[in-house]
Amino acid sequence: MRGSILRHWAPGILRTQAFRIVLIYVFVFAISATVLVGFTYWNTERSLDAQTDQIIEAEITGLLEQYQRLDLMGLADVVASRSSREGQSLYILADSLGQQLAGNLDHWPPTVKSVGNFVEFQYTRRIQNELVTRRARGMALPLAGGGFELLVARDVSERELTRRLFSTTLPWSVGLMLVFGLVGGALMSRNVLARLDSINRTSAEIVAGDFSRRVPLTAAHDEFDALAENLNRMFERIERLMKGMREVADSVAHDLRTPLNRLRNRLEEAQRRLDPQSPYAVEIEAAIAETDGLIATFNALLLIAEADSGAARGAMTQIDLSAAMADAAELYAPLAEEKNIALSVLPAGVVTIEGNRSLVSQALANLIDNAIKYTPAEGCVTISAAETPSGVDLTVADSGPGIPEADRLRVVERFVRLEASRNSPGTGLGLSLVAAVARLHRARLTLDDNHPGLKATLSFPRAPLRASKAANKELRMANSEQVTANRE
Amino acid sequence: MRILVVEDDLEAQRYLVNGLREAGHVVDDAADGETGLTLALSRPYDVAIVDRMLPKMDGLNVVAEMREHGNNMPILFLSALSEVDDRVKGLKAGGDDYLTKPYAFVELLARIDALMRRRSPASVKTKLAVGDLELDLLTRTATRAAQSIDLQPREFRLLEYLMRHAGQVVTRTMLLESVWEYHFDPQTNVIDVHISRLRAKIDKGFQTALLHTVRGAGYMIRAR
Ligand SMILES: Nc1ncnc2c1ncn2[C@@H]1O[C@H](COP(=O)(O)OP(=O)(O)O)[C@@H](O)[C@H]1O
Ligand SMILES: [Mg+2]
Repeated sequence: MRGSILRHWAPGILRTQAFRIVLIYVFVFAISATVLVGFTYWNTERSLDAQTDQIIEAEITGLLEQYQRLDLMGLADVVASRSSREGQSLYILADSLGQQLAGNLDHWPPTVKSVGNFVEFQYTRRIQNELVTRRARGMALPLAGGGFELLVARDVSERELTRRLFSTTLPWSVGLMLVFGLVGGALMSRNVLARLDSINRTSAEIVAGDFSRRVPLTAAHDEFDALAENLNRMFERIERLMKGMREVADSVAHDLRTPLNRLRNRLEEAQRRLDPQSPYAVEIEAAIAETDGLIATFNALLLIAEADSGAARGAMTQIDLSAAMADAAELYAPLAEEKNIALSVLPAGVVTIEGNRSLVSQALANLIDNAIKYTPAEGCVTISAAETPSGVDLTVADSGPGIPEADRLRVVERFVRLEASRNSPGTGLGLSLVAAVARLHRARLTLDDNHPGLKATLSFPRAPLRASKAANKELRMANSEQVTANRE
Repeated sequence: MRILVVEDDLEAQRYLVNGLREAGHVVDDAADGETGLTLALSRPYDVAIVDRMLPKMDGLNVVAEMREHGNNMPILFLSALSEVDDRVKGLKAGGDDYLTKPYAFVELLARIDALMRRRSPASVKTKLAVGDLELDLLTRTATRAAQSIDLQPREFRLLEYLMRHAGQVVTRTMLLESVWEYHFDPQTNVIDVHISRLRAKIDKGFQTALLHTVRGAGYMIRAR
């Protein structure tokens, strides 16, 4: 359970900008801390070494003076007296065979490393009845005459210890720093994510048609709250505009329907009163037909406006696309038969979407109507539905002339009819309604080349009505590109 | 037939009332919701035509109130509103049919006739007959002059609807709504093609045609 939660939000966090920034920051910080500590250590060690070397050089100079003044025996006395003093200094005065004459080192130590005039070596010393090996650094000097040699050194084991301490603690502290930094970063980005999520959720709900939603503010008064306030102000304006638009659409609908109704009534009454043989009867009939065309266009425009206003979202139900396809195909079958067009529905099994049944049926009908209308005799029209990774595709494909690539975005606009279709009946609102229905369902209308013909696809997202995180992404996609003209 | 018209646009009301009277109906009218409700509850009507937007009391409320009082006269809503689920709201409130303005008067007349017919208890028949054409609703078979006619399921429903309204005008929209359950404009007139196919099956090769086209209105099935 916990593991699954972790797995659930961990990849999400890794992808956030906040976490990425924290990650970069933690790494840069770790590297610079390592460099800083390393440099400090290196510098300290160097100056300590220099100090040791200075002391040794000073002692050597002093002892050489003694040697010149008092000769070998005098030097041996001085060395012996200095050796008996407690301190870090080590001495040995030896003959050419390495035999000790004076000093606190028993024998001439084997050199481990020589650095310029200096040597480093190991020696053993008894500390509280225990023999310990220690490290020392010193300077050896051959004395003029007799093959005697003098070594003055200082114990540097402490330095060695510090070095070891540094080299073991540094990786640990850097590691701990990384762990704390990453955990802190994750917590921080989760916090940021939560804030962004609430903004995202509200925007999605507003896009979904609930214009009354606002982003909740916190007591923090931080930049997120500033962003939220700005967004809320924007949402308020959108709400006001949408409301205004709907009011205009509603009153236009009402205020135009009433006079259109009267116009039709009057024409009908005139027709009833007129002798059917009168030469005006034909005129009146034509006028009524014109009026009906006007009314049909008006209704289609209103329906498009309505689908776009999101008002029809209230009537969303589960729709069985297989049944919808079969019904629509059945309605248009005789029309296809008259033109000798093979109209077929590919079996799809149970494919359901959530949507407005009437509008989806009408969109499907418009696509089938176009396919049959624009495909010449002896062609074929195929209707199909299929589950895709992102949702459900509803496709109407024909073998007609198709729509040139350059016109594919244009034809979904209101009243756009291609030159080639001037002679067939239609208002140029069919595809506009299909596109509006697509927008209402957050689906995508794609017009494609069917080689030959047109392939119109409505791609419905899975679970379009729940404003989940996954849906939000699709929503963003669907909104930025409601109509895609595929270019090969 | 006695018809109640509740409509606030006086001009529309006048045409409606005149048209209905010319068609031989007895018509009462009301210009607001309250008057309409009072009339509906105090007098017997065969059908009521109610506008959706009315002063004093909304059309939906008028009908809901009527149903509350146990009044079950057939009601047809007239609406100048544009909302996809407006129709559903109207039917939910207790309306029996729904027509959007602007409408064709023949459409209105045909729907009123159909509404009144729907009320008559004769509709529980298991057999329908028009002339020598018979439809058995139990075996779902059609015969004409003892000759069996092969019908697709949808053609059967189409013929059944026409025969249930024998002698009445049935409009294309009514057929689309009740046989196909589509409440929209199918762009091309597909119903005509379906009718001509049905006509080829039931009338072809027989002396008298039963399925008639009513110019400017729709179709009608009748024996003579
Ligand atoms: N299946 C198709 N094949 C070829 N052209 C088409 C097809 N569907 C639509 N079109 C073109 O797109 C235009 C717009 O279509 P539509 O909006 O349905 O309007 P209408 O069908 O009323 O002309 C049509 O006029 C036609 O030129
Ligand atoms: Mg079209």
